Amino acid sequence: MLVEFAMMHAWLVPLLPALAFLVIVFLTRPFEKLSAIIAVGSMALACVIASFAAYGIFTNHEFTEKPLVYAANWLSLGIPGVTDSLLVQVGVQLDPVSAMMMFMVSFISTFIFLYSVGYMKGDPGFSVFFSYLSLFGASMLLLVISSNLLQMFIAWELVGLCSYLLIGFYTHKISAREAAKKAFVTCRVADFGLLLGLLALQITFGTLNLVELGEKIHNFQEYTTIGMLTLIAVLVFIGPIGKSGQFPLHVWLPDAMEGPTPVSALIHAATMVVAGVYLVGRTMFLFHEVESAMQLVAVTGAFTALFAATIALTQREIKRILAYSTVSQLGYMMLALGVGSLTAGMFHMWTHAFFKALMFLAAGSVLYALHHKADVWEMGGLIKKMPITGWTFVIGGLAIAGIPPFAGFWSKDEILVATLAEGHYVLFAMAAFTAFLTAFYMWRMIFLVFFGDEKPENHPQESPWTMTVPLIVLAVGAIGAGWMGTPWNNVWAEWIYFGEPHHGPINYGAMLLSIVLAGSGIYLAYTMYLKDTKKKRARKLAEWFGPVHRMLYNKYYIDELYLWFNHALVDGTARLFYLFDLYVVDGFVNGIGTFTKSSGDGLRVFQTGRLQNYALIFFLGVLAVAVLVTFTGPSAASLVLGGVK
Amino acid sequence: MTPFDFSMPINPAALTLEMLVAALGLGVLILGIISPKGARSGLGWVSFLGLMGIIGVAITMWGQSGELLAGMYLLDNYALFWKITFMVAAALVILGNMRYVDNVGHQAEYYSLTIFATLGMMVMASAGDLMTLYLGLELMTIAFVVLVCLRKKDNKSVEAGMKYILLAGMSSAVLLYGLSLLYGLTGSVIMLDISRIIAMQPVSSALVLALVMLIAGLGFKISAVPFHMWSPDVYEGAPTPVTSFLSMGSKAASFAIILRLFITALPGVWENWAMVIAILAGITIIIGNLVAIPQTSIKRLLAYSSIAQAGYIMVGMVTASEAGIKGVMFYAFLYVFATAGAFTVAAYFYNVTGSDELKDYAGLSQRSPLMAAVMLVALLSMAGIPPLAGFVGKFYLFKTIVDGYLWLVFIGLIMSMVSVYYYLRVALVMYRDEPKDPSPINVSGPVTVTLIVTMLVTLIIGIYPGPLSEVVNSAAHSFFLH
Repeated sequence: MLVEFAMMHAWLVPLLPALAFLVIVFLTRPFEKLSAIIAVGSMALACVIASFAAYGIFTNHEFTEKPLVYAANWLSLGIPGVTDSLLVQVGVQLDPVSAMMMFMVSFISTFIFLYSVGYMKGDPGFSVFFSYLSLFGASMLLLVISSNLLQMFIAWELVGLCSYLLIGFYTHKISAREAAKKAFVTCRVADFGLLLGLLALQITFGTLNLVELGEKIHNFQEYTTIGMLTLIAVLVFIGPIGKSGQFPLHVWLPDAMEGPTPVSALIHAATMVVAGVYLVGRTMFLFHEVESAMQLVAVTGAFTALFAATIALTQREIKRILAYSTVSQLGYMMLALGVGSLTAGMFHMWTHAFFKALMFLAAGSVLYALHHKADVWEMGGLIKKMPITGWTFVIGGLAIAGIPPFAGFWSKDEILVATLAEGHYVLFAMAAFTAFLTAFYMWRMIFLVFFGDEKPENHPQESPWTMTVPLIVLAVGAIGAGWMGTPWNNVWAEWIYFGEPHHGPINYGAMLLSIVLAGSGIYLAYTMYLKDTKKKRARKLAEWFGPVHRMLYNKYYIDELYLWFNHALVDGTARLFYLFDLYVVDGFVNGIGTFTKSSGDGLRVFQTGRLQNYALIFFLGVLAVAVLVTFTGPSAASLVLGGVK
Repeated sequence: MTPFDFSMPINPAALTLEMLVAALGLGVLILGIISPKGARSGLGWVSFLGLMGIIGVAITMWGQSGELLAGMYLLDNYALFWKITFMVAAALVILGNMRYVDNVGHQAEYYSLTIFATLGMMVMASAGDLMTLYLGLELMTIAFVVLVCLRKKDNKSVEAGMKYILLAGMSSAVLLYGLSLLYGLTGSVIMLDISRIIAMQPVSSALVLALVMLIAGLGFKISAVPFHMWSPDVYEGAPTPVTSFLSMGSKAASFAIILRLFITALPGVWENWAMVIAILAGITIIIGNLVAIPQTSIKRLLAYSSIAQAGYIMVGMVTASEAGIKGVMFYAFLYVFATAGAFTVAAYFYNVTGSDELKDYAGLSQRSPLMAAVMLVALLSMAGIPPLAGFVGKFYLFKTIVDGYLWLVFIGLIMSMVSVYYYLRVALVMYRDEPKDPSPINVSGPVTVTLIVTMLVTLIIGIYPGPLSEVVNSAAHSFFLH
């Protein structure tokens, strides 16, 4: 009963936070506590509905084959039944993938909202912050349950807007404003590709509904060529490259850490950045048909994973390290999708959401305690004063490093196995090496921040309950979220798959390898950063590999490259266009403006206010129409203007 | 040609709406006479609630169809949709302007005449023959003439009334000429019969002349250029609520009857009138928008903007197709709300400040955020900015003529851009300039409701046009079923 209601009313899930946004903006903004209660409450309620709906989906196996879709007509053009009429719908599509995602997003959002109550306490923009968070939650959930790509694109842009608003939330900080702009512009560049892809899909197949597209693209030869389909797939993939921070458009994500920490945890780790992965997963039917596009996805993913992991080795700011690790993990997910395993990609997205949100929130707790001192080298021994934050962070670290039985191990193993099974040995090697690097840089950070000697200048204190409760809940997720996908009893793969569910043989070799890599990464970090209290080896290593270290620390100079490119090419071209604009376009536009205004003034002369003149003009008008009718009769009209057929 | 049969039974239930509206108008008039002066401001509520009740009755009649008196009076979803539109317009005007009317006085006359004008419009929407058409048209026009000079101590108002009655009389003469020519050529006043007879004969020059007269006579009502000269003067001089009703109700009703006359009675000579309508639409869009630019009075600005809007609506007539009719109805409906919003703000502002000048709107956003927001939404909708209703409406209209009349689409697009200039000028004054008198304007309850309703409807239709679009589809479909 309740389950059925939730399944048939899944649109309530995005609607509730959307209402919370409106209520906070228009009514409760002056009342901070009330605003927070409304935001957290509506998201919690949405989470309850999402849980029931997800329960309904996961207890009926029919929905894996045939998703539950219901939609309302949004706008239609032309008359129904006529061939060239366009019908755009808004609707809900529930299947295991979207149900999982809907539950995950609403669940994690609820706890991050709660965490924000403590973290944002005393901020002058407290209510505004919660209204933005609610808007984000609504947009993200809308994206997740969309039954067609246009609706998804609208939500896609909305989450981009929220991301912009929240990164730049501390408007007094110049760096935050710049980061917000950077994120928005970078994503917009990518979204343009996506938009072109969607338009091409609509033109070619006449619909953007996921189910219909799936059927039509399966028989795409009836509509278009493989070349066109490849182009469409590549264009669509450009969107996720931007949104999910894949190379070379990853540059905005580390800078996005300028936003408040809950934002980093929610938007730039657990939910929004995986929207790109989700979109690729949703349009697997498209990529599946195009071999080269799949390879592009796989290679982009593997390269991004390795590339970001190497940068993370040398970074000093706690949130930046986490940000590069997010980029790297997103690369893993893309890799999984690229080798054709929706199961592994979605599984890693699921587990990653828990442990990465956990680590960000724990990092936020650290920053809160240390008054926003961010350099890991200036911290140490925090676990004694902040046991909950510290131990939950350690759990997150074990999960991301891939130590069994923590969540990250199972999903990473699934990706490695899938890559190997498809015969991508180079990609497998890259992914495996990334796993080693991940364990190393994560534990480097953990040892530096939480263990070793305490720094006398720091006076840390454990954070309030609104912040620690979410940490504990997410830590439970970071431990157990992967147990449904163990190779021995893979419940996950029975629900979420593309094409046919497949159970490969259990690959103990890969499993052993990933444990060994993770363990050696952690051990190396231990010897360099904890055992060696003076950190001599670390320093020596940095000196030996001076140029490499500098290059990594400066993130391969990609930002500088873009800046140079922007400066030399864009600014140069802009200067040229500026002159053109100043003299040619402005002249033209001003001319039109002057002409328009003066013709307005000129025509005004006729409005004399005198009745006789009006009557005269009226009858002149009759005369003119008579002439017109004569000269635009059937034969004359087609000659002159060609309209009437 | 069927000879008229007077013994034909009339089903009175088919005329329920018209009879209810007539009864309401008479009732308000009588109440006005018997009630003491102080109680007369309650007449507005009587009229408003009465109209809302009749709208409720009208909605239950959705889907009924039929003919009375061998096609003299047509009942279908098309007519019903228009009737609801007119009544909604009247209800909005009444609800939003009670205080204005109390200031002017003559409440009984004002409300009953507004209702009678609505009745005239409703007759026009159902008219199936030339006589009914003319009857409805004159009922509406004469009611409006009185309404225009309601502020009888104000010279401008009286002047506007004089201008309106003289010029309207002139246009009626031309229209009658056209109608009588049509009757002379076909021997029938029933539109369906006329259509049949015209299809059988070759196009004569007398018929073309009739066409000219009809276009001119009805073009006057919708203030199509070059028959628009009266409207800025009359719009400016008339009391603002009347201007508001004139620009939405009168125009919408005239469109209802033009579609009926040209597409039901004259589809046979479509090739002769389509291009004329297209050209007139183009000119109307151009002139309306251009002359709006230098205006300094908000009422005159809205008057010219409403001329331009009529041009956009005419675009939907050109193809004489179901999609075109749908576009016209859709646009007319949303135009009612945008206009009601803008004019209610103007009327209320005049009440408080006694000014219609644009420059006095400076800093309105600080004095009354609601009024400024409603004005902004209404104007942007008229300019066709998404996601407001006007965008969808224009989209539907211009979609019908993309094949074959691309030049008109371009005129529409370019002139929409031009219109953004003067619409945003109002926004600039309201939002950027500092008010001379910063005292806040308190908006009374009914006005607040009117403003919020118009704004919400404009937003909702823009974001979710589906339901209205389906209703209008069904109405447009019923048009061709007779």
